[in-house]
Amino acid sequence: MTEYFWLIPFFPVLSTFILAIFGRSLSKKYVSFQACFAVFISFIISLISFIGLLYSGSHGPLIKNLFSWIKVGSFEANFSLQLDRLSILMALVVTGVGFLIHVYSVGYMANDRDYTRYFTYLNLFVFAMLILVMASNLILMFVGWEGVGLCSYLLIGFWFEKHSAANAGKKAFIVNRIGDAGFLLGIFFIILNVGSVEFEAINKTLDAGTMSSAMITLIAILLFVGATGKSAQIPLYIWLPDAMEGPTPVSALIHAATMVTAGVYMVSRMNLLYVSSQTAALVVGLVGALTAVFAATMALTQNDIKRVLAYSTISQIGYMFMGCGVGAFSAGMFHLYTHAFFKSLLFLAAGSVMHSLSGELDMRKMGGLKKYLPLTYPTFLIGAIAIAGVPFLSGFFSKDAILTSAFGKGHYLIWSLGILGAVLTAFYMFRLIFLTFHGEERIDPKAKEHLHESPLVMTAPLIILAIFSVISGYVGIPVVFGEKLNLFESFLEPVIQIPHEIHLGLKMEWILILISVVVALTGIYIAFSFYIRNPKIPHRLVAKFPKVYTLISNKYYVDEIYNGLFVNPVVKGSELVYENFDLSVIDATVNKTGSTTNSIGKALSYIQTGLIKDYALVFFIGAVIFIGIIIL
Amino acid sequence: MSYFLFSLLTIFCVGSIVGMIISKNQAYNALLLVLSFASLGGIFGLLDAPFIAVVQIIIYAGAIMVLFIFVIMMINLKEPLPPERKRWTLYLSGILAIVLLLEFFLALKNTFNVSTLVEGERLSSPTELGRLLFTKYLWPFEITSILIIASLVGAIVLVKKKGK
Amino acid sequence: MIPISFFLLLSGVLFVLGVITFFVKKDLITMFMAIEVMLNASNLALVSFSRLSNSLDGQVIVFFIITVAAAEAAVGLAIILLIFKQRKTIKPEDLNLMKG
Repeated sequence: MTEYFWLIPFFPVLSTFILAIFGRSLSKKYVSFQACFAVFISFIISLISFIGLLYSGSHGPLIKNLFSWIKVGSFEANFSLQLDRLSILMALVVTGVGFLIHVYSVGYMANDRDYTRYFTYLNLFVFAMLILVMASNLILMFVGWEGVGLCSYLLIGFWFEKHSAANAGKKAFIVNRIGDAGFLLGIFFIILNVGSVEFEAINKTLDAGTMSSAMITLIAILLFVGATGKSAQIPLYIWLPDAMEGPTPVSALIHAATMVTAGVYMVSRMNLLYVSSQTAALVVGLVGALTAVFAATMALTQNDIKRVLAYSTISQIGYMFMGCGVGAFSAGMFHLYTHAFFKSLLFLAAGSVMHSLSGELDMRKMGGLKKYLPLTYPTFLIGAIAIAGVPFLSGFFSKDAILTSAFGKGHYLIWSLGILGAVLTAFYMFRLIFLTFHGEERIDPKAKEHLHESPLVMTAPLIILAIFSVISGYVGIPVVFGEKLNLFESFLEPVIQIPHEIHLGLKMEWILILISVVVALTGIYIAFSFYIRNPKIPHRLVAKFPKVYTLISNKYYVDEIYNGLFVNPVVKGSELVYENFDLSVIDATVNKTGSTTNSIGKALSYIQTGLIKDYALVFFIGAVIFIGIIIL
Repeated sequence: MSYFLFSLLTIFCVGSIVGMIISKNQAYNALLLVLSFASLGGIFGLLDAPFIAVVQIIIYAGAIMVLFIFVIMMINLKEPLPPERKRWTLYLSGILAIVLLLEFFLALKNTFNVSTLVEGERLSSPTELGRLLFTKYLWPFEITSILIIASLVGAIVLVKKKGK
Repeated sequence: MIPISFFLLLSGVLFVLGVITFFVKKDLITMFMAIEVMLNASNLALVSFSRLSNSLDGQVIVFFIITVAAAEAAVGLAIILLIFKQRKTIKPEDLNLMKG
């Protein structure tokens, strides 16, 4: 059943080509059908391959070399896809959630005039992402890496006539590129030291222990720099909030469920590398933890509903890196998997809210929407509860797995940062819920006229995602409830080494779980008292600490600092070069060539005197020379 | 004997051309040219080509020069032409002409001693020429006749008065 | 008895003289006559070679050359007549419409 796994990326890219070439002449209905169906087939094939993989019980990856691509001397990098537990997990998430988002987009983008272009890009994105997760070597993965970056640019700047959207697209791509420079350097060092970019070969070399630990650390950190760019961690996270300029389903798919998690996938795929270097693992874990808290603080003060979710995404990915950093790669992947469900649910539901309010996204102009949106509200609520880490929903299981591993491996600082982040997460999430759906209605009267629940094509995916947000956690039940119930971890075991077993003792584990639950509920309660019971408290706090509030609500001025330090010097430098070199040297050279040719022509025209004697003289000169040559 | 004839004819030939250079009167130039052609015809005779010699005199000296003289008459320039500005091209052409002469000398320097004249008289008769003309050179022969017609028609058309 | 090279040399001298005449003179008719001189020089060379190689081909070619020269003279003189009629001059320097 697993032989055809390599067809998984085929259908989306086929759909992309058809839409790109013939899209103009296809009907809207057909476009929607083809785009969604292509992803759906990919999902079915992924499912079949997954079941086949489970039953075959084989532990090694199944590699299919589609064609030979780079062959230089003894170095080879082919277009080969691999099927193993990690890649099929990612493929399922990408195609499954991707399919639901395609269906949702049919409703959300129904009135957009660039409907076909949207689905072309969206299918292209699914293809690129699938290549990324199913590649069997680093270079093909990098191809997918760049491909999703490109699609991100195209989709963020989808409404390119809007200046802010076009700039956001540019920003995303450029910041990504900076990370990719680090990634490429990492790849080069790997080629130098391993001689191949295939994951199997890299792992073999790492096992053999031939690389110096300094080299391993260097490579690991360089690759992680790429991950910070793609997955929006410190210091390259600045593009993600701006990326909310794109359509909401795009934010859900790319900037919540799939593309931004590519960095986590990469780190998990290279888990042997990060385990072999303590320093690199520490860097990953710390950066993740710091980002988690840092982003969560910024989410506290945002008034744009999508920006809150954007900072929340940055924060949650920080959690995933936390898990990977402490060595619990399966915990990080577990959070990736559950986060895909509830974060995309949150984004899609926010899109539903915006759609019903005719595009409003400022939370200060919402409120009391509970009674108008009977389907959106409960699903949104389920998403919020899941992300806050309330027990029995998926977020609880995955977040707990990460925090317990952190504590158990002795990284108490990281654990405390994680707990702090959990409080903040619960708080800002429920601040969002209360401001949007409860309390007094602050809705603009014009928008209120058109207030309506979203169509079924948009709410059906919400319901499905909500169901998954609840049940998806049950594949990773922690040890406290029984040994060997963590199916997720055992599934990934052949791929991800679990070097040190954590022996914390049952009592400690229960205490940790209790602390997480208490923390989550505290956050919810504080939000409740701030926004429902006594809505004046936030304003009083702001009045008391005006400077702190300004600092946080301006996102710590990071964008301004980057602009001053990096962007403006580059822009000024380019202007300088343009004036002093481009204009005066290059243009001058080209113009000079033209004018020189002109003057030579003018000078030569003096030969044409119009007198036959002169022309005859020329003949004569030629004849004399010719005869001379013959005679001599 | 033939040497004497040859040198006489040579002197006439070259002398008349030099005279042509010196003289400024076109009618004189034409007559000197006739003399030159006539002596050239004699030289052809020395080369065992009697037919060509006669043809040369009849056509060149007879027909072509008559044409020239007609045109000179029609143009009928009264005053002599003013002296030409001496441009640098004049000197260049003079130098090049001398160079060409030298080149010819060079080309022939090895052959002055050798008597390359084939002994034994072999007069080329018109019969032989005619045979060659009508077999090997038939094609050029016919085309030349067309050429003559073309030039005839062309010349007439060119000088025809406008509107008849 | 007379070495061929004399005839060839004569032919060369005649040719050079023709060239000099062409460049020195300032009326069209004499220049045209110089062209005829050059043609004759080549005729002489051809006949000499024909004598040298004991074949009649050279003389046949000379025959054609004379014919063509006649035709050319006719047309050329007609053109000169026309030029004179139009521009009242036969100085070649005045015929510089093709300048530039």
